[in-house]
Amino acid sequence: MTSALTLNHYLWISGLLFALGIAGVVVRRNLLVMFMALEINLNAANLALVAFSKFNKLVDGQVLVFFIIAIAAAEVAVGLAIIVALYRRKQTVSVDELNSMRL
Amino acid sequence: MNVHDTLFWFFSLAMLLCGVLVISSRNPVTSAMFLVALFVFMAGLFVLLEAFFLAAIQVLVYAGAVMVLFLFVIMMLNIKEAERRHFRLLGVVGGVAVAGTLAWELAIILRRPVESLNPGKAEFGGGLEAVVKPLFVNYMLPFEVTALLLLVAMIGVVLLSKKDLK
Repeated sequence: MTSALTLNHYLWISGLLFALGIAGVVVRRNLLVMFMALEINLNAANLALVAFSKFNKLVDGQVLVFFIIAIAAAEVAVGLAIIVALYRRKQTVSVDELNSMRL
Repeated sequence: MNVHDTLFWFFSLAMLLCGVLVISSRNPVTSAMFLVALFVFMAGLFVLLEAFFLAAIQVLVYAGAVMVLFLFVIMMLNIKEAERRHFRLLGVVGGVAVAGTLAWELAIILRRPVESLNPGKAEFGGGLEAVVKPLFVNYMLPFEVTALLLLVAMIGVVLLSKKDLK
């Protein structure tokens, strides 16, 4: 069973997913949904790394993805804690109303 | 088109569709649910890429732990159900422009096939042993530093969650 898929197919999907994540971060105004879009970005990068790992036949890419997943978990915990602290003080998670640092 | 390719297109298109629904749905809980589906489809792609260990980790850590954290926070904050759908014009135009530019650059780069750098050995697996062994041989220091980072993150979260944040 030979597959017609090349590295380019995976890189395309990964790139489109990354573009989608970027669009989500810029378009949405809800801090939580922006954070979710950031997670989509991380996953797109993971997909590219795993695809490179498969097509180069080197397992190091997968080890890197392992580290990225561990760090993403820590990042989510800290980010959500910051969002909760922010909500406790400002009673909102909309970036339109969190403008006290705007010039 | 064999089973492998069919599964690839199914997982990829479903994943992109879930991504669109994550950033376009009004209710954050709906977004979170579609994000879970996205992570699961991504795990399917990992399986197709023979990264079995990472597929398991993806489901356990992302679809399990991370999304539970997200849902807890969404429920706890009690965000107003019907968030007014006022997409600001500048935000939408900027977002679409950035994403479109990125996709365009990608199209230019990926027009030619990307060559494999290292054809390497024919034997290759993404099972538990293949991935974890380098972790304790070549990547010992990063592994330990990651453990330290998780500890620091935990302490940070505990400090941030204190009642009177000074």
